Amino acid sequence: MKLSALHQSYINRRTNSFRSSGPLDSSSDSAIKSPAAIFWLVFHALCCLISLLLGYRFSRLVFFFLFSTSSTNFYTSPFRSTAELVKTLDVHSVLSNNPVANLDLPLLNKTVTNSRVVVGRHGIRIRPWPHPDPVEVMKAHRIIEIVQKEQRSQFGIKNPRTVIVVTPTYVRTFQALHLTGVMHSLMLVPYDLVWIVVEAGGVSNETASLIAKSGLKIIHVGFNQRMPNSWEERHKLESKMRLRALRIIREKKLDGIVMFADDSNMHSMELFDEIQNVKWFGAVSVGILTHSVNTDEMADRKKDEEENPRMPVQGPACNASDMLAGWHTFNTLPFAGKSAVYIDDRATVLPRKLEWSGFVLNSRLLWKDSSDKPKWIKDIDMLNGDIESPLGLVNDPSVVEPLGNCGRQVLLWWLRVEARADSKFPPKWIIDPPLEITVPSKRTPWPDAPPELPANEKPAMGMLDPIVKHSTKRTSRSKHRSKRKHEPKTDTQVSTRHSEQS
Amino acid sequence: MRKWFWGFLFIAFGFVCSIAAERNPRTERISGSAGDVLEDDPVGRLKVYVYELPSKYNKKILQKDSRCLSHMFAAEIYMHRFLLSSPVRTLNPEEADWFYTPIYATCDLTPTGLPLPFKSPRMVRSAIQLISSSWPYWNRSEGADHFFVVPHDFGACFHYQEEKAIERGILPILQRATLVQTFGQRNHVCLNEGSITIPPYAPPQKMQARQIPLDTPRSIFVYFRGLFYDVNNDPEGGYYARGARAAVWENFKNNPLFDISTEHPTTYYEDMQRAIFCLCPLGWAPWSPRLVEAVVFGCIPVIIADDIVLPFADAIPWEEIGVFVAEEDVPKLDTILTSIPPEVILRKQRLLANPSMKRAMLFPQPALPGDAFHQILNGLARKLPHQKSIYLKPGEKILNWTAGPVGDLKPW
Repeated sequence: MKLSALHQSYINRRTNSFRSSGPLDSSSDSAIKSPAAIFWLVFHALCCLISLLLGYRFSRLVFFFLFSTSSTNFYTSPFRSTAELVKTLDVHSVLSNNPVANLDLPLLNKTVTNSRVVVGRHGIRIRPWPHPDPVEVMKAHRIIEIVQKEQRSQFGIKNPRTVIVVTPTYVRTFQALHLTGVMHSLMLVPYDLVWIVVEAGGVSNETASLIAKSGLKIIHVGFNQRMPNSWEERHKLESKMRLRALRIIREKKLDGIVMFADDSNMHSMELFDEIQNVKWFGAVSVGILTHSVNTDEMADRKKDEEENPRMPVQGPACNASDMLAGWHTFNTLPFAGKSAVYIDDRATVLPRKLEWSGFVLNSRLLWKDSSDKPKWIKDIDMLNGDIESPLGLVNDPSVVEPLGNCGRQVLLWWLRVEARADSKFPPKWIIDPPLEITVPSKRTPWPDAPPELPANEKPAMGMLDPIVKHSTKRTSRSKHRSKRKHEPKTDTQVSTRHSEQS
Repeated sequence: MRKWFWGFLFIAFGFVCSIAAERNPRTERISGSAGDVLEDDPVGRLKVYVYELPSKYNKKILQKDSRCLSHMFAAEIYMHRFLLSSPVRTLNPEEADWFYTPIYATCDLTPTGLPLPFKSPRMVRSAIQLISSSWPYWNRSEGADHFFVVPHDFGACFHYQEEKAIERGILPILQRATLVQTFGQRNHVCLNEGSITIPPYAPPQKMQARQIPLDTPRSIFVYFRGLFYDVNNDPEGGYYARGARAAVWENFKNNPLFDISTEHPTTYYEDMQRAIFCLCPLGWAPWSPRLVEAVVFGCIPVIIADDIVLPFADAIPWEEIGVFVAEEDVPKLDTILTSIPPEVILRKQRLLANPSMKRAMLFPQPALPGDAFHQILNGLARKLPHQKSIYLKPGEKILNWTAGPVGDLKPW
C-alpha cells in the first residue's frame, strides 16, 4: 500500500506539472489542500524504505522521539544505548542469518533514568574466533591445580608419606604398553614417589629410555636371570625380583609405604590415597580380570555362574565388626587343567592364590634395626627360600589391616596379557629410519581425492577411511605396517596396490 | 599483687582468643559490618503481627495444588509458616512494628508448574480491602509498616514478561509497603527503594542429601546446565536473557574448560560440587536458583546480569564472593576467569565455605538461626524505627485505589 501511495504521489506530481485544468486543479487542489497529508505520506514511505533497507523499525523510533513526553534524560539514554548497540553490532558479528540484528526500543513512557539495561531484542555477541585459546587453557589448568592442592591440604591426608613402588619387568612386546600405563598412573600420584624397577635379564636401554620419560625418581636394577617361558616359573622369578627390591629398600633405608605395581596391572588413583592409611601391613582388594577365549567356555561359565557366582576379587574379608576374618581368593577350580602354562598360550592366565599387588607395607618393617618394629615381621635376610606372597613375611596373618572400606572397594585390577613368544617389534617402538615405501590411501572422504602420489612421498596422515570393510584396509594407512609384513594377507594387498599404481 | 592478677587475666584472655581464632582456620569470616550482620538475632528487635485472613487466600489455594511447596516461589508459604510460630510474632497488633499479610499470590500453577500471575493483583487488592476495613492499621499509614512476600518473576509487577511487567509497574496499592521479593535490578520499575531481595526457594533437604566428600578434587573449571535458547518463546535468540546465554553458548561450546549444556543430568548437584566456577546468567528475569545452589555447594558464582541486585545485598558482600561479568564482556569470559589471581579464588572459596553464608541462602524447616527467614527479619529490623512521617493524619489519603488496568479492579 505504501508503494502505491508513493506511486500515486509521483503521479500526482507529474500530473501537476503536465496537465493544466480540471483534474489538475482538483488534484493540485487536493495536493495543495493537503500538502501535510502528502508530506506525511512521503515521509512515512521514506521511513519505510529506509527501514526496509536497514532492517530497523526506524519510523517507530522517529515517532517515539517526536511524541514521547518523557524527560530529557530519557532522550539521551536510548541514544546511548542505540549507539552502544549499533557499535557492538558493527564490531562483533551476529547470527549468520541476519546481517543486522533488529533493534526494538522500549515503548515505555515511564522514565528509566541512567539504566544501561534496555528491554527488547539484543544482538548475540560472538567474538571473531570462538575457540579455546591455548594460553588461557594453560592458565586455567594451573588454577585448577592450585585449587586441588589447597583442597588436598585441607581435606585430604595430613602428612602424606612417600610411596615406594616396586615393579618387576622384562623386555617383551607388550612391555611398552603395560609399563606406559603404570608410568602414567604413577605420574599422576600427588605424593612423593620412588619407583624401583627390577628388570629380568639385566638393565636394558629399552626399559631405561621408556621410564626416563616419566620424570619420576627411579631406581632401575637388573636381575641376572632371563624371564622363563612358563607362568609358574615367571611368578617365582617375579617373587625373587620383588624380594631383591625389598632388600634395596632395606639397604637404602627408604622411608615410606611400599606397594607392588606389576606392570600389566591397572591402578586407580584412590588406591594411592587409601594406602596412606596403612600403619604397618595392609591388604587391598584386587579385581581379577581373566579372559576366556573359547565361546564354549563362555557357555560353561554362564551355567556355572548361575549355580555359584564367582567373585573375581582377591583380598581381605571382614566380619560384621570390620575385623579381618579371612581372605577372598579367586576360584580357580573351573579352570583346572585349562589354564595357560606358557606365556603365549591362548588359554586363561590364572592368578596366584594371593597376588603381591594386593599388599602394602610400611618400609620400616624392612629396616634392619628399627626399634619400633612389631614382633610379627620376619627379617628378609633370614628367609629360607622364596615366599609366594607377602604373607610369608609375617608370622601372624591376623595383624594385616584391611584397607579400602574393609576390602569392599576394589582399588586395582590384575590382568595378564602377553604377545606371542615369536612376535617381533621395532626397538623402542620407533621406526627409524622412516620407511621407504609408502602407499597412499585409495579412498578418502572427500569427493575430489588428490591424484595418486608418487611412491616416495608420504601420504597425509590425517586421511582416515571411515568405513573399514576389510580388516586389511587398515594396514595401508597404519604406522605399524612393518610389523604386519609377516601376515600373508597384507602382502597381497600391498602388491595389488603396487600393480594398480604402476 | 594486683599486677599479677591483671597479668593472669590478660594471658587467659589471649589464650581464649587464640583458641577461638584457630577453631576455623580455613573458613573466613566476612569481616566488617557486613559479615557480622549475618549472624544477628532479630528476636527482640522487632515484633510482627500476622493478619488472620480467611483461608481462601492461603490454605485453600495450597490445597488445590501442593506443588507450590516445592517450586522456587515457595518462600511465601514457608515465610507464613515460620512467622506463625516464631518468637517475633505478637498477638497484640498495637505493639507490632510490622504487619504481615499471608497471601499465596504465586500459587496458581499451569500444568507444567509455572505460576500464572493474572489473578494475583485482584487477589492482593481484595485482601488489602479486607484488612483495611477490618483493622485500622492499614489506613493509619496506608501500608507503610506492612510487608508482603512477592517472590514472582518481576515481584509485585505481577507479570512474567518484562515489557508487560514494566508497563504495569508495581501494584499501586503496594507502593508504600515493603516488598520482600526475589527480583532485583537497579533502576527498574519493579524494584522499590527499601525492598528486601531474597533468594529463591531451593529445597534444603535435597541439597544436603547430595553432598559428596569434601576431598573430591574440583576438576571442572566452569559449569552450567540450562537453556541457551528458549525455543518455545524466542527461537532466534536475542530476547531471552538479552542474548547473554546464547553468547555463552556460541563462544564457548567448543571450549573444554566450559562444561555447559542443556541436558539435565541426575548428578547435577554432585557436578556442581566438583566445579570451580558456576555460571549464573540471567534468564527471562535476572535472578535464578543457581545462585543459591552455587553458594551451598561452594562453587564460585559467575553472575552475568547487568545491574542485578542480589539477595540480602546489604548483609552479604557479593563482590568478594562472586565474580561479576557484564553482559557485553561475555565473549571474553574465559580471559576474565583465568586472569583472576589464584589467591583471590582461594579466598572466595574460603568465604563460601563459611557455614553462615550457606545458611543465609536457605529456607530450612524448621528454621535455624542465621537462615534466610532470619535475614529477612534482620532486614526488616534494620528499617526500624519507622519515621513519624509515614503515619497519615486522619482522612489523609495518598494511594490511588483505582489506579491500574481496569481488569485489576474486578473483585476476587
